[in-house]
Amino acid sequence: MNLFINYVYLISAVLFIFGLKMLSSPATARKGNLLSSLGMLIAVVVALMSNGLDYKWIILGILIGSAVGAYLAAKVEMTQMPEMVALLNGCGGLSSLTLAWAEYHQQPDTSLFIAIVTFLSILIGGVTFTGSMVAYAKLAGKITQKAIVFKNQHVVNGAVLVAIVLAGIIFCLNPGSSFGYVLFIMIALVALGIGVTSTIPIGGADMPVVISLLNSYSGIAACAAGFVISNKLLIVAGALVGASGIILTQIMCKAMNRSLANVLFSGFGSGAAAKSSGQGAQGEIRPASAEDVYYILESADSVVFVPGYGLAVAQAQHVVRELGELLEKNDTEVSYAIHPVAGRMPGHMNVLLAEANVPYDQLIEMDDINPRMDSVDVCVVIGANDVVNPAALNDESSPIYGMPIIETHRARTVIVLKRSMNPGFAGIENALFFNNNTRMYFGDAKDSVQALVAQFKNN
Amino acid sequence: MEPVYLAFVFVLAIFLGFELISKVPSTLHTPLMSGSNAISGIPLIGAIASLQISDPFLSALLGTLAVALASINVVGGYMVTDRMLKMFKKKEAKPEGGGK
Repeated sequence: MNLFINYVYLISAVLFIFGLKMLSSPATARKGNLLSSLGMLIAVVVALMSNGLDYKWIILGILIGSAVGAYLAAKVEMTQMPEMVALLNGCGGLSSLTLAWAEYHQQPDTSLFIAIVTFLSILIGGVTFTGSMVAYAKLAGKITQKAIVFKNQHVVNGAVLVAIVLAGIIFCLNPGSSFGYVLFIMIALVALGIGVTSTIPIGGADMPVVISLLNSYSGIAACAAGFVISNKLLIVAGALVGASGIILTQIMCKAMNRSLANVLFSGFGSGAAAKSSGQGAQGEIRPASAEDVYYILESADSVVFVPGYGLAVAQAQHVVRELGELLEKNDTEVSYAIHPVAGRMPGHMNVLLAEANVPYDQLIEMDDINPRMDSVDVCVVIGANDVVNPAALNDESSPIYGMPIIETHRARTVIVLKRSMNPGFAGIENALFFNNNTRMYFGDAKDSVQALVAQFKNN
Repeated sequence: MEPVYLAFVFVLAIFLGFELISKVPSTLHTPLMSGSNAISGIPLIGAIASLQISDPFLSALLGTLAVALASINVVGGYMVTDRMLKMFKKKEAKPEGGGK
């Protein structure tokens, strides 16, 4: 029976791998997800077939969990996906922690190896859980998005980390004693604390990195739990998720030109960093009315929309798609250029535009649009700011210097939709707004685009 | 021998993960994250197997909690990923509209 279960787990692992492989194209992605869920289903079914299980608890747990999961999945708005992912990361971390705890409680007197991986499960699972909860609260606006820093924060965090590792070593040498159990509980509590203290100093703008990293942690926690119960499927699946989270973290860091250490420890966005570059860009701005913008767009051969998170905040994605379709009817080539850190998580803007029925073949990555930016007639920047700031290319004193941007300033004309002249999320002035080829079109993004749509329909 | 063997599996799976994930286009990074959330609900099977009839009460309670949390991940993760991927559509070949 055990052998049979293990073979089925092997099939599950293969299905997970194929599922991820099919995510390499939007055309096959949905089937891949179904395949992956099939892998999970058969793994659960054979797990239920082993001997001596206490079904009343299992069914209770599955019913509660499935109901909550299904409710969340059906209700969540696409703009809230980062919060959802943060919550799920947290659940993953906590389930690994509780699983390792349940195992330890049943059999406290274990080998050194099991003790080490139990310690790691508790540590990583605990940090993932509370770290994700803080990330969730920040993303949902339940606590301040600003970085919370206090004096000697790193010294305190470092000391706590050293203490927990020492406690871990003592625990691993003697897990079976009642002192070992006390240490175990303390380690769990401190791990939960570290999750909080390591996430609160990270500002809202850096949340995409944090949830990617926590995504990775939740996988690694599952891995560690897999080592505790010697289950290869947990190890394989956890490793796949861990790798995925690490890759996304790297992509996000690269797109912001910051090292992971800088994101985690610098307190970027606490207000102190932004002030140093107070002088910023100056000059004359050229405002435009809806009619002006209409004439510019009407005569353009190619239009590239550059959406930022402001677009989603204004709920303007549907009118933008409508404007895009009207432009296409007018024989204008329309595409959407998306910066890797636009939105609040990796790929967030793409989902928001897909929800508004923008076909995915019109969504272009930054590295594909920049080389041909000189031949673009009009760039329409909606709700984006730092990701189109030329200071990142040419102003060495700028805090975002070196960050790759969508080089809209090289297009023939740039139209910037903006509510007011307030600087963006990172509090940095944008030289793009003062360029000769830039027109500022002020107002709420949704109303502004609606006015353009009306212009097109009337003419 | 067993720990070494598990470590082998772990290291190879990490390398496989890097290969697979680096081929996912940035358009699909959000579904990738929610989909991997679902996969990271895999402790579910471990939690199920740990809930034996002979368990002390606290173990049963912790095990049930692990099952419930992992089920949230599995069900919520797969469902929301499917909801998202359903929205990704290719451009339809439309009949030519009027010119300028």
